[in-house]
Amino acid sequence: MAWLSENGILVGLALLDGLSYAAAVFMVAVGLNLVFGVLRVLNVAHGSLYAIGGYAAASLGLFAMSLGAPPWLGLPILLAAAVLVGAVLGPLIERFLLRRMQDREPVLQLLVTFALFMILEDLQKLVWGVQPVVFDAPLKWLGTVDVPFGQDVIPFTAYQLYVLPGVALATLAILAYVLRYTLTGRMVVAVTVDREAARAMGIDAAKVTMLTFTVGAALAALGGALAAPTVSLVPGVGASTIVLSFAVVATAGLGQIEGAALAALLIGLGRSFAVYVAPEFEVVVPYAIMVAVLLFRPQGLFGVAETRRI
Amino acid sequence: MAGTGRAGMLTRREALIGAGAAGASLMLPGGSAWAQGAGKPAELKVGIATYLSGPASVFGVPGRQTAEMLFDEINAAGGISGVKVRPIFVDEGPGVDHVVGEYRRLVQSEGVHLIFAAISSADCIACAPLSDELKRPTLLWDCGTQRIFEDNRYTYAFRTQANATPEILAALLYLLKVKPDIKSIAVINQDYAWGRDSWDIFRTAMNTLKPGVKVSAELFPRFGATDFSTEITRVLALRPDVVLSTSWGGDLDALIRQASDRKLFERSTFVMPLAESSLQRVGKALPAGHIVGARGDHWFLHPSPADPERLKRFNDSYRAKYNAWPIYPCFHMAQAVSAMKAGIEKAVAAKGGGWPTDAELAAAFKGLEFPSPTASVRIREDGQGLENQLIGTTLHSDKYPFPVLTDMIVFPAETVTTPVGQKSADWLKMLSPDMVAKLPQAQAFKS
Repeated sequence: MAWLSENGILVGLALLDGLSYAAAVFMVAVGLNLVFGVLRVLNVAHGSLYAIGGYAAASLGLFAMSLGAPPWLGLPILLAAAVLVGAVLGPLIERFLLRRMQDREPVLQLLVTFALFMILEDLQKLVWGVQPVVFDAPLKWLGTVDVPFGQDVIPFTAYQLYVLPGVALATLAILAYVLRYTLTGRMVVAVTVDREAARAMGIDAAKVTMLTFTVGAALAALGGALAAPTVSLVPGVGASTIVLSFAVVATAGLGQIEGAALAALLIGLGRSFAVYVAPEFEVVVPYAIMVAVLLFRPQGLFGVAETRRI
Repeated sequence: MAGTGRAGMLTRREALIGAGAAGASLMLPGGSAWAQGAGKPAELKVGIATYLSGPASVFGVPGRQTAEMLFDEINAAGGISGVKVRPIFVDEGPGVDHVVGEYRRLVQSEGVHLIFAAISSADCIACAPLSDELKRPTLLWDCGTQRIFEDNRYTYAFRTQANATPEILAALLYLLKVKPDIKSIAVINQDYAWGRDSWDIFRTAMNTLKPGVKVSAELFPRFGATDFSTEITRVLALRPDVVLSTSWGGDLDALIRQASDRKLFERSTFVMPLAESSLQRVGKALPAGHIVGARGDHWFLHPSPADPERLKRFNDSYRAKYNAWPIYPCFHMAQAVSAMKAGIEKAVAAKGGGWPTDAELAAAFKGLEFPSPTASVRIREDGQGLENQLIGTTLHSDKYPFPVLTDMIVFPAETVTTPVGQKSADWLKMLSPDMVAKLPQAQAFKS
């Protein structure tokens, strides 16, 4: 009984860890998935947008704190930085690069976005250098929460316990609402399903594409901005993020929003259980889940098998 | 007869033949002008492998900066034996295959006279055989794996610093000295060769010197990870007496910050043999009372440097140029530069002022003793450097915005280094528990 009680609590702790991890991964993966849905481009540079969002948020936050801003202001600053990065870089990348790649071979699109990723990585180093950048004022301001663990308590940061899952849930709800119940959202869905038919119905597909990419870029930046208080931002942080995001997107099914949430949750929980039960498998668990899903559903959990057009 | 009557002018044919011959000599292994015995080279080209990209660049770039600073100083003083030096940096970030390709390019196309390689143990393991194949003197300037000179013998490769065994053993001895009643330990190491090998060394020595310590958890997050929440929760729940982490770079910074946010430092004593390189970056997120090593006896506030003026000059120059105190990759780079200078000067002197061949220069490194900013280092007959080890405990001082070290023990190199001809895995099993009682006196932080 004692064994059950102790292990039950361990499962509970792993769930809390998994939720927080899944929330962070979801923010990036959902943007990637949204962009793929509309543009049909697997944007490797999405990882750079995550990193730049993180760096921009940290820089803005540190600047505001140096001026004597209260720590609570850190939270809105994270959001503002993400919007700023999305609004500036999103339209630029879409208009001058991806639009030209729209009807090209997927392999060429991959190469171009990979090249953009490399350029942005170097740009990051030029602007922010190689020293880690950390902005943890919001995390410290919110403090810790002691979670009961048998006779003991385990401190979690309130930021990871509440803010990360909360923002992820809100993002999912807003995206789902906008896509289902607003005119703009329906236009996005229409372009996602059939670009040509959407055009024929009078939808300005180019505008929808730019808007979607900007939102996707802002979501990546928001992922980075939200991660900024919990991690050290260092060169290369975008690369590891994009690889994990690909795993989430492939597991979810390309273009699937709710699928991304479920896949992120599966991968987050799988990873934290691995750390608890078999730490040596921690790194492979996300990819093992992806492979397991793709073996049975090649189109992903929520993906729809497409009929090939001749 | 060509050229006769044209005041030494070459025909196009002669020029092409000459250029072809010169090019071919560079393409051949050992084909530098130096190796051909062509006399004093116009400049000494030094290929330097370091991390310039990826998470490890937080660590590799300070190494590059130190090389640039010291090369400038050497050139300002007239060069080494009258020859100016020029570094050519290559990035370790893309991986072992890339570094191996770059090593060959540096020798065969750039015609470098020496190579400093590398930070990554994997890169060193790959490059050491190349040094013999291409007959190019190579200084292993930072990598830690003890296997290089324990598993092989090289003529052209030398390590200008210690290796993993003394670095990890010193940390364990220090821990057993200050915390003799340790009952349990957990490890959070990066999941690659260094993280795994360093844990093997620590565990083997611990089982010899203090058998019966319970290993609560062995956690190996991936190299370059930025989120350690799950590992921290696991260790918080297990409450081990000690948490060992031989991590470094951005990974260690993140682990320290996140462990601090989650109050893990309040529950367990951390042992971090490489954390000197993170102190300035993490600031006071790292509390007092935790054990930190410097991978050698490097620290800008070394309590008893062999030449205090030399250390001060090094510290001041680095700080003036880069607005930070030097961290251990800076000291390791300084050692490689110092060894290069001492080795060349020794080889030149042995030749009565003439310029040595590559083989003669390589021979000069064997048994070479050269100064470091904190002490001197000797290269043994097997190519391995003998370097003291400094371990201390963190302390918060008003003088610095980051933790400093106190109760420092400087371990003499010979006492913690595997003897020539033995393997660390075997030698560590023969250690005597009374080693702990014979440790040198601890030295307190002096502001």
